[in-house]
Amino acid sequence: MEYVIEMLNIRKEFGNFVANDNITLQLEKGEIHALLGENGAGKSTLMNVLFGLYQPEGGEIRVRGKKVDISNPNVANDLGIGMVHQHFMLVENFSVTENIILGSEPTKMGVTNKKDAAQKVAKLSEQYGLNVDPYAIIEDISVGMQQRVEILKTLYRGAEILIFDEPTASLTPQEITELIQIMKRLIAEGKSIILITHKLKEIMDVSDRVTVIRKGQGIGTVTTAETNPNELAALMVGRQVTFKTEKGPAHPTEETLTVQDLVVEDYRGIAKVKNLNLNVRKGEIVGIAGIDGNGQSELIEAITGLRKVKSGKVLIHGKDVTGMKPRKVTESGVGHIPQDRHKHGLVLDFPIGHNIALQTYYMAPISKSGIMDYNKITEKAQQIIKDFDVRTQGPHEPARALSGGNQQKAIIGREVDRNPDLLIAALPTRGLDVGAIEFIHSRLIEQRDNGKAVLLISFELDEVMNVSDRIAVIHDGEIVDVVIPEETTEQQLGLLMAGHADKDKKGGKHSVE
Amino acid sequence: MSNRVTNLLVPIVSVVLGLIVGAIIMLVSGYSPIEGYAALWNGIFGDLYTVGETLRQITPYLLAGLAVAFAFRSGLFNIGVEGQLIVGWFAAAYVGVAVELPKIIHLPLAILAAAVAGALWGFVPGLLKAKFRVHEVIVTIMMNYIALHVTNALIRTVSEGGDRTERIFTSASLRSEFLENLTEFSRLHMGLLLALIMVGVMWFILEKTTLGFELKAVGFNQHASEYAGMNVNKNIIMAMVISGAFAGLAGAMEALGTFEYVSSKGGFTGIGFDGIAVALLGMNTPLGVIFGATLFGSLKYGALNMPNAAGIPIEIVEIVIAVIIFFVASGYIIRLLLLRAAGKKKEAK
Repeated sequence: MEYVIEMLNIRKEFGNFVANDNITLQLEKGEIHALLGENGAGKSTLMNVLFGLYQPEGGEIRVRGKKVDISNPNVANDLGIGMVHQHFMLVENFSVTENIILGSEPTKMGVTNKKDAAQKVAKLSEQYGLNVDPYAIIEDISVGMQQRVEILKTLYRGAEILIFDEPTASLTPQEITELIQIMKRLIAEGKSIILITHKLKEIMDVSDRVTVIRKGQGIGTVTTAETNPNELAALMVGRQVTFKTEKGPAHPTEETLTVQDLVVEDYRGIAKVKNLNLNVRKGEIVGIAGIDGNGQSELIEAITGLRKVKSGKVLIHGKDVTGMKPRKVTESGVGHIPQDRHKHGLVLDFPIGHNIALQTYYMAPISKSGIMDYNKITEKAQQIIKDFDVRTQGPHEPARALSGGNQQKAIIGREVDRNPDLLIAALPTRGLDVGAIEFIHSRLIEQRDNGKAVLLISFELDEVMNVSDRIAVIHDGEIVDVVIPEETTEQQLGLLMAGHADKDKKGGKHSVE
Repeated sequence: MSNRVTNLLVPIVSVVLGLIVGAIIMLVSGYSPIEGYAALWNGIFGDLYTVGETLRQITPYLLAGLAVAFAFRSGLFNIGVEGQLIVGWFAAAYVGVAVELPKIIHLPLAILAAAVAGALWGFVPGLLKAKFRVHEVIVTIMMNYIALHVTNALIRTVSEGGDRTERIFTSASLRSEFLENLTEFSRLHMGLLLALIMVGVMWFILEKTTLGFELKAVGFNQHASEYAGMNVNKNIIMAMVISGAFAGLAGAMEALGTFEYVSSKGGFTGIGFDGIAVALLGMNTPLGVIFGATLFGSLKYGALNMPNAAGIPIEIVEIVIAVIIFFVASGYIIRLLLLRAAGKKKEAK
């Protein structure tokens, strides 16, 4: 069999830390090869070695059988290796074509020749079924479309081997299905794909073979058709993993959160949350299921005081907190794991210890009459790092240096440690691996079992179905139905999320209105 | 190459490179670099008097640098240090001439007046930024002009048509006989001590207080700060007020120490603008500001000796000084070159 890329016994060190040790990955021509590993296992490091961003300390790389020295990304480009990054590298207010030609603008007599470029982009788009408008402005198109622009960018530059880094992390289920079709189309056109992911379902759906790495070590390569998700998860984590979250029945008591006829507008004055009613009781987890953009973010921001409420009420333990400042809401007993951990959850340039104190720095014991005691922060941080298994070099490491999963664990540690009566978890497992997801889910359930109220917002049906005791389906700013997970199916939920409310059932027996 | 060696080597190599290029400029223009640099050296360290004057020159740079650095750490670009310094200068001089009080009250009062005036001049752009998202760079630049012309008008009023105030009462002066005797009657004054205390104050606010924690958090990420319940707007205003107070104190150095009066100005003093470079050279840290202010103050003052002692025209001198500072500021380029050189060596092995 012909290998287009061979990475043999790669070793990469950072100081005393070995990020990749003896990893071998062989990519056959025309296959989708998944690279599986937990957050921080060394997947990105390995791909950055292949893409020329890092130089390996050991091992060799062969492209089409020839030993190569990829000293920088330009060399990788010339060898036909293209990368579709997890966080898109696009200029928001440029058009699709402008973004694609950025860095290698074609010119005609010294003037950028956008027209020819746009035609070429349109042709490529058609060839691979990408359906991208070359003249659209990036900020106007959906996340899924933006990702296709990234794919086009690599194709435009003549990539034969495409690396997808966690491509489904920010996509809706619909977009994921489309992406899988696109990947299959790319293979049909003779490209080869390396897919970095920790989502087993996707691997089973789309890949031909899987290379597993664990804690920087190459574990081996298996053929997808001859394995199953359980085996893969065990290989990745190094132990058996339970997929079905274990939890006993809920014993809800009095209401902790009450939302009454809430209306929230976006900055243009358009209502995003429309007369929404919802309650969460002590000792239960209420999941909000819905497609991204149906008012979930606005709802959370209104509850936590980050966004103005147009009308309606938010009550915590019967106390009106509508329109209160975020700190007052927090002090009323609300913990909030925000949707966007980089934007809201963390000050990335702060040490992880400072971030752990972000909600409590102004109170004893961390500060007394305005004077900080940084030793107390370090103590607290060490405790949370230990209790929540945050893999870091210590409280003084900048938050930016942690992997996504560990950043998230630190945030969850910070919020859960304050022991809030209501914990709002918005997409708490986005972009995390099965090990971390299992951990976070069990923490949410633990909060519930301790008699706290938990509000979970998720775009993942699996998660909502597994973790919630009740599911409130949101569509276009309204709760269209409230269902019990055991009595519903993913299909029914999907229909509700798409706005096909079952008319007979609306306002039915599980309604909270 | 270890990090420590690089950290030490970079500033040294930068200064040496700056000196070499400066020498070439003098040589090409037909002047002796050796004489030129000898004059510069003597202008800084020549005798106790020049050392005293150099230290005196460093003093306002320290405070202007702190002002810029403090705002930077809170994510704000205070270009208005110049204007805040000018109003501080006027306020201190005014209090210095308007009343006569016991020194123990008069001097602190005059210093406080400068800090309050500067703080007020910082408050306006802070408020506009917080309430209406008006960019602080625009407002502070405009506030500089307002400061310049308003103080000129006030000086004319106070001096009844003249272009400078009376000399301040000695009860408001920062000058000290002890320091003057120590430095052969230079104008070195107690303000240097105050400026160094302020370096400590900035460090304390940023590293030890909850206010500093908030300011840094807001400087790095406003969204996360808001999420964490911090009052972002209050912090923006506080940062500008404190920054302005530092700048006002820089003005007090001139009013109560160096000149002991305030005269109307045809243009800016330049200290406030140089404060931006001082802060950036010092990476916006309190200790770094000491380094930046020392470099700026020494070169600026020492250069005054070059036209007299070496006969080099002031224009060439200014170019030479600018080149040296330029090389120090581009330290990271030199860091890169050093690392690359080290990398090549490793490969050769």
